[in-house]
Amino acid sequence: MLKVIELKRTVTDSNDRDAALLRGELKERGIFLINLMSAPGSGKTTLLSRTITDLAGEAAIGVMEADIASDVDAARIKALGAESIQVHTDGMCHMDAGMTRAGLEGMEDRPGIVFLENIGNLICPAEFDTGAHKNVMILSVPEGDDKPLKYPLMFTKSDALVITKTDTLPYFDFDIEKAASRAKALNPDIAVFPVSAKTGEGMRAWEDWLISSRGEWNDA
Amino acid sequence: MHELGIVKHVIKTLEEVAAENDVRRIGSVTLRIGEVSGVVVEQLVDCWNYFREKNALVRGAELKVELVEALTRCTECETVYKTVPQGKICPNCGSGSTYLLVGNEFSIKEIEAELNGDPPADGQGGRS
Repeated sequence: MLKVIELKRTVTDSNDRDAALLRGELKERGIFLINLMSAPGSGKTTLLSRTITDLAGEAAIGVMEADIASDVDAARIKALGAESIQVHTDGMCHMDAGMTRAGLEGMEDRPGIVFLENIGNLICPAEFDTGAHKNVMILSVPEGDDKPLKYPLMFTKSDALVITKTDTLPYFDFDIEKAASRAKALNPDIAVFPVSAKTGEGMRAWEDWLISSRGEWNDA
Repeated sequence: MHELGIVKHVIKTLEEVAAENDVRRIGSVTLRIGEVSGVVVEQLVDCWNYFREKNALVRGAELKVELVEALTRCTECETVYKTVPQGKICPNCGSGSTYLLVGNEFSIKEIEAELNGDPPADGQGGRS
């Protein structure tokens, strides 16, 4: 005879607990973890490369590249002298807290900012807490300003939205105000940073946000 | 791909529950899935049927799904309407100031289980 056991647990319960645990462990180690999410080709690695160069001397930055395959991104970051490791998800469309913890074990244990470059995808990564202290999403100008309407969860879960490739604005019908207001309708607290990692325009505001967020986290 | 990850998480949670409740074997799992949770039920069942054979605790266990209809509430005129297919704009007053009441859930409601110490079930449920 089978007994019915009522659970009423959300499916991501065990991951949520693992993520909270990881957040605490990283705090002890002085590692400020940022989960960076976007579609493929939005300029994640280019944004990070510029950020690493600009913040040299201000913060030690490490990057964990999560991809289904290859290590081209990790090689680009390494060329800048920053610590970089490549994690393969073997076909999975997102990183969860357990995978993030395992990846971090392969990195040098020193205080600083670590970016987790999540799998390029606007859907699945939003559903799994990685244990990061901040979630940041990138939307590039060529993708269009309607994305908050199509992928609402991602915008709801992010603390900051970086609009990249603003140097291409003359060639696309992308309205920064529209994108920002659509994102803020879903998440009034989201910070929006239009940047061009190519020309450097807007980069300082994004970098200041990083440094001040880390400061607040450190003092909390 | 996404559903595969979800099934792995469900099984992990079930393993914890089994340890806490002294469960020997799970006969069925009931999930509550919101209409707009983004989960594709057919794919979820396929992934479940594949994965359950790899884990003694849930081998052969049936996956039952309770779909939860999505409802949205308008903050302007307080109308509650069906989210699908209407969407975010209130059909009564045209306001976009609305929020999802239910329909995004994804939880494990209950399981049917055989506990350690239960006499072995005869016939189909007997393998362990």
